[in-house]
Amino acid sequence: MKNNSLWSDALYRLSRNRAAMLGGFVLIMLIICAVLAPWIAPYSYSFQDLNLGASPPSSDHLLGTDILGRDLLSRILYGARISLLVGFVATAVALIIGVCWGIVAGYMGGRVDSIMMRIVDVLYGLPFIIFIILLMVIFGRNLWLLFGAIGAVEWLTMARIVRGQVIGLKNQEFVLSAQAMGVSNLSMFRRHLLPNILGPIAVYATLTIPQVMLLEGFLSFLGLGIQPPMSSWGTLIKDGVESMEEYSWLLIYPGITFTITLFALNFFGDGLRDALDPKTSDN
Amino acid sequence: MITIFFKRIILAIPVLFAVASITFFLIKIAPGGPFDADKAVSPQVLKNLNEAYNLDASNWEQYVDYMSGLVQGDLGPSFRFPGRSVTEMIATGLPVTFELAFYAILLALFMGIFLGVLAALKRNTFLDFIPMAIAMIGICVPTFLMGPLLVLIFGINLELLPVSGWGQLPGDKILPSLTLGFAYAAYIARLSRGGMLEVLNQDFIRTARAKGLTERMVVFKHAMQGGLIPVVSFLGPAIAGLLAGSFVVETIFQIPGLGRFYVEAAFNRDYTMILGTTIFFSAMIVFFNLLSDLAALWLNPRSRDT
Repeated sequence: MKNNSLWSDALYRLSRNRAAMLGGFVLIMLIICAVLAPWIAPYSYSFQDLNLGASPPSSDHLLGTDILGRDLLSRILYGARISLLVGFVATAVALIIGVCWGIVAGYMGGRVDSIMMRIVDVLYGLPFIIFIILLMVIFGRNLWLLFGAIGAVEWLTMARIVRGQVIGLKNQEFVLSAQAMGVSNLSMFRRHLLPNILGPIAVYATLTIPQVMLLEGFLSFLGLGIQPPMSSWGTLIKDGVESMEEYSWLLIYPGITFTITLFALNFFGDGLRDALDPKTSDN
Repeated sequence: MITIFFKRIILAIPVLFAVASITFFLIKIAPGGPFDADKAVSPQVLKNLNEAYNLDASNWEQYVDYMSGLVQGDLGPSFRFPGRSVTEMIATGLPVTFELAFYAILLALFMGIFLGVLAALKRNTFLDFIPMAIAMIGICVPTFLMGPLLVLIFGINLELLPVSGWGQLPGDKILPSLTLGFAYAAYIARLSRGGMLEVLNQDFIRTARAKGLTERMVVFKHAMQGGLIPVVSFLGPAIAGLLAGSFVVETIFQIPGLGRFYVEAAFNRDYTMILGTTIFFSAMIVFFNLLSDLAALWLNPRSRDT
């Protein structure tokens, strides 16, 4: 093993986990499709062929069209942009809040720690889904608010994980010697603590993304998330449900896409966890 | 244990108070009043309405007013449904939602524990892989997709079960309960498998087997008590999830429960209804979390003395 053995070791273990590699491959393909949607989508997501109406899959429209004659494949591709964007951005928000909160609480310890973690405990016990709905109702349904609201809910577990890791690290010699050299708190966090907890953070972030996407889908399904003409997979499923009796493909294809993505994310996240921490791979 | 119980209750009261206050003021800063929606109302009518609902008082007075009502269990009138109070609407919707959640959790417990324990006992065999694959499906297919798919298969294609309603047609409670319970069955299966595997490796199980107890005694009497603690701890947070699930399920199956009332209130900007149900939901969830923590504590003898 060369330097950086934790990561190269983990990469090796990950590459031998078939389910995780398949998940990772599917994810990369999805991200590429989402980024390239304007170029690879056969039609524009809002192009309507009203004469056509809802038509089943055919050679012109591989996955059929919706009631307004819009190509379903194109809408799924464009929907991937929104769904994945929400997944990644909201997770990033959760990550930033959670990591900062956890590092400060864990490193400071004492009363600061107990107050900060008590706040987390209290927030854990509240029905956050309701507060997201409340925020969406009060401030209007806009995309950035959605990112913020979901991120603001999902950081709690991250804070707990990071705090636990930092408490484990803070009495180790390298931290003590950095303290002795008079390193400031900020560079202690950035240079010494953060690099050592990247593993668990990466694992938990990967497992947060599917939860966030589920939450977005849930809100959009209720009509409280993404608003038309923009569409995410959640809104496509919602539209599909409304016309599933006659046009079942409008529900089935977006549903399959969404489910495959969640599978891929979960498999990849589980694989990453096993790769970075071989001890847990039994359960 | 009784001390812990009272400590937690005493902690819960200021939390709920804070939730009620924050929600109240959040709604006060919401743009637009409740009556300026669809059609313009004449100034005189608006003035009378504001007077009737006490909206022309200062925010602070309204807050004190609301909070003193809250203590007595009065959540104020609904803005959208004149003549009905929020408390009344919660009282109509709650039994329906409770029944739905009860069936769902019952189903989830039976299915989840059965499959999880089976998988743990038959580790690395077919009977382990298949239930765990089903559990993975349950976790990855969201409720809002599972429900419509079940309707499509059993309601529309096979015409076996009614596609909507609650208590009007025979069998119309099956699909909603199944939809809501399935994801929880999946989580419970995974948790009970993990918990059982951990316990089954311990010495006291080996002792129980060594002294010649039947496998049934070992599993039911000795292993399950410890192995299912994770499931019990999961039940409290699961109630919060069930609530969110009930929003979706009640919307899909058009069930007149609290979840659907809440979603409708969110759409109609029925602020008093939103405020009242938010406080009510929070109180319920805090209560169930407390209950499940206590149950887990009681099941785990090691933490009983502390």
